[in-house]
Amino acid sequence: MAKIVLKGNGAVALAIKMARVDVVAAYPITPSTFIPEKISEYVANGEMDAEFIPVESEHSAMSACIGASAAGLRAATATSSQGLELMHEMLFIASGMRLPIVMGVANRALSAPINIWCDHQDTISARDTGWIQFYAENNQEAFDLMLIAFRVAEDERVLLPAMVGLDAFILTHTFEPVDVPEQREVDDFLPPYRPKHAYLDPERPITQGSFVYPEYYMEFKYGQWIAMESARDVIDEVFADFASRFGRKYEKVSTFMCDDAEIVLITMGSLSGTVRHVVRELRNEGIKVGVAKITVFRPFPHKEIIRAVKNAKVVGVLEKNVSFGFGGAVYGEVLATVHGEGLDTKVLDFIVGLGGRDVRVEDVKEVVKICSDALQGKAVDKINWINVDKEAVKNA
Amino acid sequence: MKSITKGAIIYEAGSTIKNKTGDWRTFKPVIDINKCVRCGLCWAYCPDAAIIKADDANARQGWKPVVDYDFCKGCGICAKECPVGAIEMVKEEK
Repeated sequence: MAKIVLKGNGAVALAIKMARVDVVAAYPITPSTFIPEKISEYVANGEMDAEFIPVESEHSAMSACIGASAAGLRAATATSSQGLELMHEMLFIASGMRLPIVMGVANRALSAPINIWCDHQDTISARDTGWIQFYAENNQEAFDLMLIAFRVAEDERVLLPAMVGLDAFILTHTFEPVDVPEQREVDDFLPPYRPKHAYLDPERPITQGSFVYPEYYMEFKYGQWIAMESARDVIDEVFADFASRFGRKYEKVSTFMCDDAEIVLITMGSLSGTVRHVVRELRNEGIKVGVAKITVFRPFPHKEIIRAVKNAKVVGVLEKNVSFGFGGAVYGEVLATVHGEGLDTKVLDFIVGLGGRDVRVEDVKEVVKICSDALQGKAVDKINWINVDKEAVKNA
Repeated sequence: MKSITKGAIIYEAGSTIKNKTGDWRTFKPVIDINKCVRCGLCWAYCPDAAIIKADDANARQGWKPVVDYDFCKGCGICAKECPVGAIEMVKEEK
């Protein structure tokens, strides 16, 4: 094992190389450009035995990955924001054809207005495509979760594609020391992809991407549903195996000071560190607050969320996305989970950090203040936009 | 009992033959074989290879065009292309 200083994009590129991916088809987009750039360099230098396909669009990138995976090869790509949206229809096809493609996504805001900075609107909008979703908090997690994603996606009980989100610039362009295992350790953790269902062999002619009538379509969708349900246990198994080999323990939801917390804040991605920092400060002031970080968003970790919030009276969801006309997507899912369990916990939504807006210590404190008000029975809004100049829209 | 595969893969070659698409038709081509000059344009243009050259001992060319109604979708290209007007599109009665 060696400690290497890598930016988030470098961690993803290195993980793809060390996973011995056979085909990478990608199109550059800020802020994920460095990933295909680095991989093309690895291939050109003979450091990586793979086919690198510089395609003409993200739609083609995902299409080429689908072709490669359908031929029985390990395929990976990377994209961001508009690129992910351009490949949107192909995301459903990868999942429906049960092709375990792995993709790194630099989480970036969507146009309009055009903006290249971080939020989670891109991957949240791909929530229903049938892809497993992981969110990294730092570059080590981005590296580890990419390797974990291959193992989970390629498991015979799962066979679904997986994406790993890493926050634009905050992670993609920030250098951090990353523990990188030896190649043979990665090889032991991630054996070669040898699919039983989808591969090309002239001796075994098959049809893939076939047409299905109404009499059968729902059975295929139910099959995908079961695969995603199976992924719950497979993810836990792979997390445990990863921990035993590399010493880093992942959880679908990792909790910090939640046991006796009256207020639990829910986070995803790089924001989590700031929130834990504030929580530690507020604990010194006697405020009983904790943090639950979601690492796996699909399949949604119902059981783990309940475990994290069962003693809380107020749950505050901090999220970098919005579903116009409803609220944040994570809020909706946490609310359904908590109330579906029969808990009467108050769940509040905090829209933060869209388009790269900093989420500062004082913003997290404001979130906790609103949660504390709710705890004391004061009337508060369910959906709260934090650090937004609401006056600014008046003359727009 | 139904049985499906992962990803709707069909583990059998040439299975399209079982998927008869003839019932998509609204109009069907009917060939007047006495007008037919055996030029083969209908056979060449058919996008579904649904015109078959069948043996015909009475014809100098030794064959005649026959429509495979199991797969003809009734597009009408054969009728449009026929230079002698030997193919008529007739409404399907189902």
